[in-house]
Order: sequence, then C-alpha cells, then structure tokens
Amino acid sequence: MKFLRRFLIRVANFATRRRADQRLRDEIAEHLALQIEENLRAGMAPAEARRQARLKLGADEAIREDHHAEQSLPFVENLFQDLRFAARMFLRSPGFSLIVIATIALGVGATTAIYSVIDATLLHPLPYPNPNELVRIEDDLPGVGAQDVSVSVPEWKDLENSGIFQYVAIDFFGSSNLTGSAQPTRIAAKVVTPNYFAMLGVGAQLGRTFDPGDNTPGFNLEAVISDGLWKRAFGADPRILGKTVRMDNDVYQVVGVMPPGFRDQGKTTEERNTEAWSAAGFAAVPFPPALRNSRFGTAFARLKPGLPVASAQAHIDALVASLTKQYPADYPAQAVWNIRLIPLAESLVGNVRQSLILLFGAVGLVLLISCVNVANLLLARASARGREMAVRQALGAARTRLIRQLFTESLLLFVLGGFTGFAVLFCARKFLLQFVPESLPRLNEISISWGVLAFAIVVSIAAGTVFGLAPAWLMSRLDLNTTLRQEGRGSNGSQQRSRLRHALVIGELALSLVLMIAAGLLLRSFWDLFKVQPGFNPSRVTAIETWLPVPNDPKTDIYSTATQESVLLREVLRRNRALPGVEETAVGDRAALPLGHGKDDLNMSPLIREGQDVQSSQPPLIDTSFVSPEYFHLLGMTLLRGRLFVDQDLEDTPSIAVINQAAARTYWPNQDPVGKRVRLRAEKPDWTTIVGVIADARTESLADAAIPQVYLDIYQRWAKDLAFFLRGQVDPATIAAQVRTQIQAVDPRLPVFHAATLDDVLSSSLSVRRFSMEMVALFAATALLLAGLGIYGTISFLVHEQSREIAIRLALGAQRRDILKMVLRQGLTLAAAGAGVGLIGALIVSHLMASLLYGVSPYDLSTFAGVTAVLTAVAIAASYVPALRAMRLNPNTMLRSE
Amino acid sequence: MKEKPDVLQGTLALMVLKTLDVLGPQHGYGIARRIEQISGDLLAVNQGSLYPLLLKLEHEGSIASQWGASENNRRARFYRLTEAGRKQLRAQTRDWEQTAAIITRFFNVKAEDLL
Repeated sequence: MKFLRRFLIRVANFATRRRADQRLRDEIAEHLALQIEENLRAGMAPAEARRQARLKLGADEAIREDHHAEQSLPFVENLFQDLRFAARMFLRSPGFSLIVIATIALGVGATTAIYSVIDATLLHPLPYPNPNELVRIEDDLPGVGAQDVSVSVPEWKDLENSGIFQYVAIDFFGSSNLTGSAQPTRIAAKVVTPNYFAMLGVGAQLGRTFDPGDNTPGFNLEAVISDGLWKRAFGADPRILGKTVRMDNDVYQVVGVMPPGFRDQGKTTEERNTEAWSAAGFAAVPFPPALRNSRFGTAFARLKPGLPVASAQAHIDALVASLTKQYPADYPAQAVWNIRLIPLAESLVGNVRQSLILLFGAVGLVLLISCVNVANLLLARASARGREMAVRQALGAARTRLIRQLFTESLLLFVLGGFTGFAVLFCARKFLLQFVPESLPRLNEISISWGVLAFAIVVSIAAGTVFGLAPAWLMSRLDLNTTLRQEGRGSNGSQQRSRLRHALVIGELALSLVLMIAAGLLLRSFWDLFKVQPGFNPSRVTAIETWLPVPNDPKTDIYSTATQESVLLREVLRRNRALPGVEETAVGDRAALPLGHGKDDLNMSPLIREGQDVQSSQPPLIDTSFVSPEYFHLLGMTLLRGRLFVDQDLEDTPSIAVINQAAARTYWPNQDPVGKRVRLRAEKPDWTTIVGVIADARTESLADAAIPQVYLDIYQRWAKDLAFFLRGQVDPATIAAQVRTQIQAVDPRLPVFHAATLDDVLSSSLSVRRFSMEMVALFAATALLLAGLGIYGTISFLVHEQSREIAIRLALGAQRRDILKMVLRQGLTLAAAGAGVGLIGALIVSHLMASLLYGVSPYDLSTFAGVTAVLTAVAIAASYVPALRAMRLNPNTMLRSE
Repeated sequence: MKEKPDVLQGTLALMVLKTLDVLGPQHGYGIARRIEQISGDLLAVNQGSLYPLLLKLEHEGSIASQWGASENNRRARFYRLTEAGRKQLRAQTRDWEQTAAIITRFFNVKAEDLL
C-alpha cells in the first residue's frame, strides 16, 4: 500500500515537477536571504555572511537533484527523452522509418490475421460454459475396420451409470419438413435425448429447454426452436410457447426458443445451424428395439467437474472390458470394440487443425523474415550513425544509456509497425473474411477481439525486444578511436557487425526457401487433386435435394414402402426430363451425392457375405447409396462387369446391388463378385445379389482413390433424403424454382433445397485446401520479396562500404567486368549459404506436412530444385543493381571526394 | 573531533511536525532555526534538506502552506499543521515514546534482573 502511494505521488510529481522544482528554488533563495540578513545583524562582513549562510544550508543543487531523483520517476523521464529523440530520428529519415514500419506491419498484421482465425477455431471452439468438460464419445470397431460407429441405447445407459459424467446425451442430426407456413421448408433438425441442453449448459431465452429428467422412451413431442427460426417462421411471436408446429407431419409443442447467439455443436456448418430440436428416449417406436448392436446417433457427455479426460478414459476402458466379458455375443472379441473420449473442441475442429497450424507456421516465418529484414536495416543504419554514437560516447554517455536509447528507437518502430498492421487488419477484416472458406468451422465467430489485439501487441514487443536489442548492443560496441578517425571516410564497419548482417541475410534466404518449398508442395498437391480423374463426370450436372417426411407413427407415412415412393420418384423424374435443356435425370439418396456431404451423412451398412459365419466375425461396414437405374449413366460411371439396374427391378423382384471395384477387390479378392449374395441389414435375413461391378470413382473424397461402395436400387428400398440429378444445359438461376414447381405439383408438402452444380460441389470440397495453398503461396511470395529486399540492401551496403577499395582497384586498372563479378559473387555466396541452410529446414518441414500433401512426395526433387533456382535467380537479380553501381563507379570523383 | 549525530531517518519529520504544533504557522527558515535552537546545536541538520522534506510532508497532507509575509516583511512560505498532520504527530509521538521506553528499559536492565 505504502509503496503504491509513494508511486502515485511520484507519478503526480512527475507531472508537476517543474512547479515543485521552482518552489524549492524559491524557498532556498528565501532561506538564504533570511540567513544572510541574520548573519549581517550578527556583525559579519557581507561576503562572509553569504559564505556562512551557504555553508549552513549545504549544496542546494545537490539537494534539488536528490529531491528530484527521490520524488520523481527518472526511468520514465529518460524514456520520454528517448522517445522524443527517437521520433526526431524517424522524422529525419522518413523513408527508412516508413519501410521499417511497413515491413513490421506486414509481418505482425498477417500473423495477427491468422491468429484471429486460430483464436476462434482452435482456442475457443465451443461457445458453452466449461467447454473442457465436454467430450464426444466415439465407439470404434478396429477389428472390422470401422470407426465411430455410433452408440446403442443400452451402452448409453451404461455410460450414464458409469459415475464419471454429469450428463451423457445422444444426438441424431437430420432434417425435418416444417409445414404450415407459406412454403414448406426443410430445416436442419436434431433429435436429442432430453438432457442434451443440460449437457451443453445452455438455457432458452424464452420458455425452457427439455427436462433432463424426462424418461419418455419415444418422442416427448416437445420442440425447442432456434432464434432464427422463431423470427423467420413465426415473426418473433412472443406467445410462441405452447403453440404447435408440424415437423414431418408430426405435431410438436414449442416449449422454448434458444438465445440468438446459440450455435449447436457439430462437424458441419449445416449441423451447427440446427434450427429445431425434438427430444426422445430413443427406446420406443419409431426407434428400433434397444439392442446392444443397434447403433445410431452420436454420444456426447459432460465430465464431472475437474475430472481429466485421461482418467475418464481409464474408467471407460475398464467399463468396456467388463461389458465385453458380460455380453460376448454383442461384442465379439475380434471386433475389438472400444470407446474413445475425445475433447469436444478437438473433435469439431478435426482436419482443419493441421491446415491452420501449417498456416500459422507459414505466417510465423513471414514475421520472422520481416523482423530479420528490419534488424538488417537497423544494422545498416547503425553503421551510418557510428560517428554519432562515437561522439556521444566520447562526451561521456554510458554504454547502457546508449543501448537504451537505441533500443527505445527500435522498440518504438516495432510497436508502431504492430499497431499499423493491426489497424489495417481491423479496417480490412470484412474484406479479408471473404477469402476464408465457408467450410471452416466457426467462421462466424472470427473477430478482431481484445485478445487478438493483445496478441498483436505482445508479438510486436517480443519481436522488437529480440530484434532491436542485438543491433543496439552491437551499435554501442564501438572502438572510439578508430571510429572517430575513420568514420565518414569510407571505412568498413566492425567485423562483427558485418558478420551479423551476413548471418541475417542468410537466415532470411533460408526461411524464404522453406516457405517457398512448402508452398510449392501444396500447390502441386492442389493441382494434382484438381486435375485428378474423379471417375465420374460432374460437368453440367445439377443436384437438388428434397426430404420425404418421416412421421413418428409409420402408419401415417404415405411413402412407407419403396413401391409407394417410386410413384412419386418416377413422376418427378418424368416431369424433370421435360424441363427445357434437361437431357438426363436420375435420383438417389443424399449419400449418392458426390462429395457433397460430411462424414456424418454417410450411410454405412454392415456387409454380411453369404457363407461367412456371422457369429464369429463382426461384418465390415460399407458405404451404401440408393440410386435409380439412370444414375450411373448420368454421372458417367462405367460398368466393368455384370449389369446395372433396370426398370424391371422392383420391390417385389429379387433384391440386387452394384458394387465398385474397390469393394470387389477388398471383399472378394481374386473372385468374381457377380452373383455373390450379401445381407446389408443385420436384423433382416433378406439376401441381396450382386449383379454388377463399376469402376472406382472418387465420390467420397477426391484424395481417396478407392473406398468400397455398394449401390442399391432406390425402387427396391426406400430412402427419405433424396437428391435429384439433372444433366443438361440448364439455367442455374431458375432451375431450383423450376424443379420445386415440378416436385410440389406432385406433393405440395415437400421442401426443395440445396440446388448446386456438381462442379461447384467439387470445387468447394477443395476449399480448405485451396485456402491454405493460396495463403501459403501468398506468404511465400511475401517472403521472397522481403528476402530479395534484404539481399539487395546488404549488397548495396557492401558496395557502399567497399566503394573506396573498388575505386582504387579501378584506378589501378581492374576491369569493370571483374568488379561486377566480384560483387555478384558476394551475392551468390550469400544465396548459396541461405539455400543450403534452407534446404535442410525445408526437408524437416515437408516431412512434417506430409499428411497435407496429395500425390507428391514430401521430398519432391523438382519442387526443391525449382524453388532453389527461383531463389538463386532472385538473389542474383537483387545483387545485380548494386553490382552495376559498383561497376560504374568513377574512381576519379570517388577518390578525390575523400 | 566527535561527530555530531546524524538526524535519524524520520525524526526530522517528527521535529518539524512538533515545532509547528507548538509554535503554530512558521516559515521554513523559522522551523530550521527552532530545530537548531531546541536541539542546542547538538544536531547537524543540513538546513537545505529541510525543504524537500517540507515538500514531501505537504504532498502527504500532514502540513499545508501558503505565501505570507515574514516578520521583516519578506515574502515567505508559511507552513501549518493540518488535522491529518496533528493525528500523525500524535501517533508518532506515541510510537516514539514507546520505543524510547523500551530502549530505556533495556539500558537500565542489570544482569541480576534477568536471573
């Protein structure tokens, strides 16, 4: 307390110091006058009276100084003095200051921009209280090569009773048709266990969420809606609570409206924008009987407070072991059933993490390069100011004081640069956000917050400290004698300084080489992916989705059989074919949509092959799509063996399937799969015959050449999530409306949404890759530019330093060509050293980023060689200008001017 | 020659406060004179160091000052004790007496008292 008070007094004094000092002076003068008067009265001679008075008083200057030192803040005063001086220095060489500030602004601004993305996605991915307690529960069956196979209701109960969770909830994401408003709309909807919101820890803005203690086995027919839906479909009706909504023809009572900022958790943008939630116990109609092997939905949980994920995982491992022993029939040993707890934040960010870390690394290198560049500039100026430093030192300035002065100058430059970078970023944030791919999780949460500002400030100060201190230290290390005698006469600076400058340029070149090689590898991966033969023909194909309602009571479902549904499908297809420009049409389920869906939408079926002992081996899971016969031709998938579906295949004819080559290779190696029989539903003994094999197509991911696929005839098995495909010259702007009219002419309650051309889908499936490739390429170009400037600056400086020597050589008859060669050789030496160091760094980095590459080896020779050549070329070009200057030096003027 | 004792840290402030308490408002020279007078030239008060102290005391709020005219009509700054200063003086006097009493007791103690 006392310290604080004293400090505050000192601060106050600092502001009023002039007044206090004046007063002290006045009073001392008064005191002396009184004392002298008295001394005179005592009979002293005037001179003696003055002398005695002064003696008695003591040294008044010293008193004032002491007072000042004790009562004020000398550190701050010096700082202000240094800052004032620094500002004057900047104004004296505005070009230099601007270049330095701009370079730092570039580095700090870019780093801060990427940091703001990381801040939103990686550091604060969950807008829920105590996000560290939230985990995603994934069941794996590694024995059959299946990951994340969902959870069953008995397992859910086991987890709830395990005692390590506050809540365990299941969610099942899908769509619902919201009817009743003018246009039937399809909304993203989730079925959740009633404790879902309690688990997330979020309450409603209006009404309530579901009661976590609710034990209704089926749907409890309550609905919670999002703020967006409330405003859009219900006009923000304040009396919405208790009203009913129809979703998939079922009537739900609205019990709550979520707050405006609420975003659901989920892996896809669509899921995060869920607009309606209904609650169910997942154990009664319309859900299948609660068996251990009937898995669906994803489980999430909130851990007990303070319980680390690792110890929770240990608990779960023990639970899994005991359950496996207890139910050997449900958990066959070879399936190796296990459960993983993954921090929810981590599970949501998933594959983006790597790309973002790569970007952050890249931008960090840019920052480093710009700092090195600035340090280099500062050193160059140090040489120019050597004389100033020497004079100051000769006049008695302490070395620490000089270092502080120089350090203040560079720190001020860094902080100004950082602020400029931040300000530019802040002003341009809207513009920049356009370039971020939409598929990035939590895109909407990216903001330039206080945390981001703090980051920018810390980065600039840290960079300023590291890269400002060294030049300041070196600058103050002068040999007074030689400097004062030689400086200004074309001498060269200290050996140490030039060695440091060379090291800096070499480092800069090495760092840029690393970045450029990373960018080159990413570019090649992207190009390869872009050019890859997808195995299907996406051009001129438009896909439009619809969703058939799934009422909770199957009896009210008018599309409950494939035959009932086929009437609708055939009629819509017939009408679509008649649309202008349409050449071909087909229909499939959402899983048949190439590249257009996230992992959660995959339709995985157990593949039980005839003749295999079902009891002893858990069947593998296979990607399953339902398609109409025209699908294969429309997408240009080639039949390799057997036949495709035909119009004669109906619900009551034998069930048939088409598989792709990867499935044939994986499950019937060295056999002909045509004619083999499989079951794709564990609970029903209906055999499906494989009738054809098609060539592999990259419909799941462009990067994956061969994922086993099985296609079923949509006229034999119904699907609710439908995608209509049209090939032809159609008007993308109106096609959605045209198709909507046609579909709703058949059934006016069906929503129509998500019209997209497959070309767009294809390109957006590459968006994150493209984003990181473009960003890294941009950073690499920046780095190259900075490195070019760095080497230019260094060579220019060398030429300047050696101009006297060059002039003498020329005067003694050296060939101008030799001079040119000599200077270029210096540039080339630096470039070669930089490239050597850089290549080692690049090998390490490319090894680390191997998983982000596609189709190109991390040690791709042509990329490495090409990039090194480019860097060398830039280095030579940058040295050429100063080399020319050296060559054209006029020895006559040069030597006389000194 | 024996050196005169230095004014203990903090005691000069106490002397200033007490002087102002006894004599009422005084100018700096006056205070310096009184201290010299009372201590009977035993203390070597560097008179110059009084002024920073006065400034400091005023900042801390123990004393207040204003310009006025001295006896012989010179302009001088007059200091007076504030309420806070009076309180501080009382507290410090108590502390001082306590300290002095304890020290006295230590000086008076004989070996047999402690047996």
